[in-house]
Amino acid sequence: MAGIVKKEKENLGRRLLRDMKKNWILYVMILPVVIYYITFSYAPMYGIQLAFKDYKVKQGIMGSPWVGFSHFQRFFSAYNFKQLIFNTLGISIYSFLAGFPIPIIFALMLNYLNNKYLKKTVQMVSYAPYFISTVVICGMISIFTNVDTGIFNTIRNFFGLESVDFLSKAKWFKSIYVWTGVWQGMGWSSIIYISALSGVDYELHEAAIVDGATKIQRMIHVDLPSIKPTIIMLLILQMGSLMSVGFEKVYLLKNTLNASAANVISTYTYEVGLINSDYGYSTAVGLFNAIINVFLLVTANQLSKRIAQESLF
Amino acid sequence: MKAMEHGMKVKRSYSDKIFDVVNIIVMLILLIIFTWPLWFVVIASFSDPNEVWMGNVLLLPKKITLIAYEELLNYSSIWTGYKNTIFYTVVGTLVNLVMTVCAAYPLSRKDFVPRNFLMILFMITMYFSGGLIPTYLVVNKLHLLNTRWAMIIPGACSIYNVIITRTYFMNSIPHELQEAATLDGANSFQYLMKVVLPLSKPIMAVIGLYYAVGHWNDFYTALIYLNSEKLLPLQSFLRDLLMRAQTTMNVNMSGMDAASIEAKMKLAQTLKYSVIIVSTVPVLCIYPFIQKYFVKGVMIGSVKG
Repeated sequence: MAGIVKKEKENLGRRLLRDMKKNWILYVMILPVVIYYITFSYAPMYGIQLAFKDYKVKQGIMGSPWVGFSHFQRFFSAYNFKQLIFNTLGISIYSFLAGFPIPIIFALMLNYLNNKYLKKTVQMVSYAPYFISTVVICGMISIFTNVDTGIFNTIRNFFGLESVDFLSKAKWFKSIYVWTGVWQGMGWSSIIYISALSGVDYELHEAAIVDGATKIQRMIHVDLPSIKPTIIMLLILQMGSLMSVGFEKVYLLKNTLNASAANVISTYTYEVGLINSDYGYSTAVGLFNAIINVFLLVTANQLSKRIAQESLF
Repeated sequence: MKAMEHGMKVKRSYSDKIFDVVNIIVMLILLIIFTWPLWFVVIASFSDPNEVWMGNVLLLPKKITLIAYEELLNYSSIWTGYKNTIFYTVVGTLVNLVMTVCAAYPLSRKDFVPRNFLMILFMITMYFSGGLIPTYLVVNKLHLLNTRWAMIIPGACSIYNVIITRTYFMNSIPHELQEAATLDGANSFQYLMKVVLPLSKPIMAVIGLYYAVGHWNDFYTALIYLNSEKLLPLQSFLRDLLMRAQTTMNVNMSGMDAASIEAKMKLAQTLKYSVIIVSTVPVLCIYPFIQKYFVKGVMIGSVKG
């Protein structure tokens, strides 16, 4: 048994050598990419040990003393631990509940639009916000929510309601974050569903029409089952990032007045890490988050494998 | 029997008609929701600051003026940022494209022995990374901190784009071409340059534009790795103007009378519109021409494997 395994290993080694000689150009080509990933992805993974160390600049990562799980203990007992978890989960679940189904519904409705010209226009216009930078999006949010001149307050005043300074109220933060995200991303996210819908067998629709199905019934019983694999694949990916809220937009919209609803793990690791230079602690918080994300991704993948026979890996 | 079928048909067409009407109305509302915010920024940037302040500018510009753009010309740091961003976008995208092809081509070759191993090595980085501080320390160790290269090298390659490109190489370029090229005595590099890349112009355009838009809009990298004002990209200055304008204004305003404070505030607000236009126009101008390629890119990327 062992002999066979050894022989196979030798073969692989020899095969690799022979291939290197024959296709050396390919190896030279991919070398910079391998170096890049080792340097900027794997070397930082090695640096994760900082999460268990008390980092001293002079002693470097290797020389700094081990402190076990004390950074983690400090994080779990931090006064804002609950707030960080609550905000991170709150924002991402809210984003998911609004941002996941809307592109699907949008794609389904677009698919039944008879007017080709309107369809093309809506499609093209809906992708555009995706290419606007986060900084500009946040600038536009601050313009449109302005107390004196913003359109939201103009509308509120029109209906006799008082003006609200949305960005300085913690209770509005999550909604602003989520719905502007839907505005920016729904067109782009719908592309993949639109392309899946274009592949639906038209004979299925014809059969449904003969059976007297209405358009809504065809949507539910023909289109949705046909694009189920696409939906599940994207669902798994989304589940994997349930504990991560993008840094940029929260960071830009955050201010001292709405911070109680806006502090999330990604902004916290930035603040304690780069502003307070508390490297070990920041790494520990980041690692805690990354582990939960991997766990969620693997769980979602296993679940969908069992329930829907679809999986990413 | 006939009557029942007929009844069903009537009911169906009635229900479908309502659906069609509702669908068109929803789409028209969405059209307004998508376009109005962008349109408003455009017309506000060309309107008299007072009119915008009063809320009179809603559908068309009022008292057209270029004052917001004139004011912007005096704001020199924006132009420093503009120059830096053009540099980061052009050089960064070139580096990205070279790296992506260097990764995607060998990985697309079925006879490349370490193909699966390297694919896994690269794909792990999609799901797991060292995190902010360990990456920061690596960049620091390489003396990239606060240099132009910090904006380019740490993000030199995106595995997502490598997968898209590899899929394209594997599915859209006939395998027979390679055999023919080998018979003609061409090596892999010559084959890549003379056959594969000329046939891959659409995918190169797609990922090139993905990368370029990414560089143009990048705010995060500069926030983490740069602190010298000379090196900052456009987005960093934009952030100062758009998100912090009020606070910086307050500091400068001591000792001014109420009227000039108000005038200043209105102008600062108008400046926001013109700066959004100036910074976003390059992306939105090329957008109508390239959007079909973007769509194609998403579709190729969605092919599993």
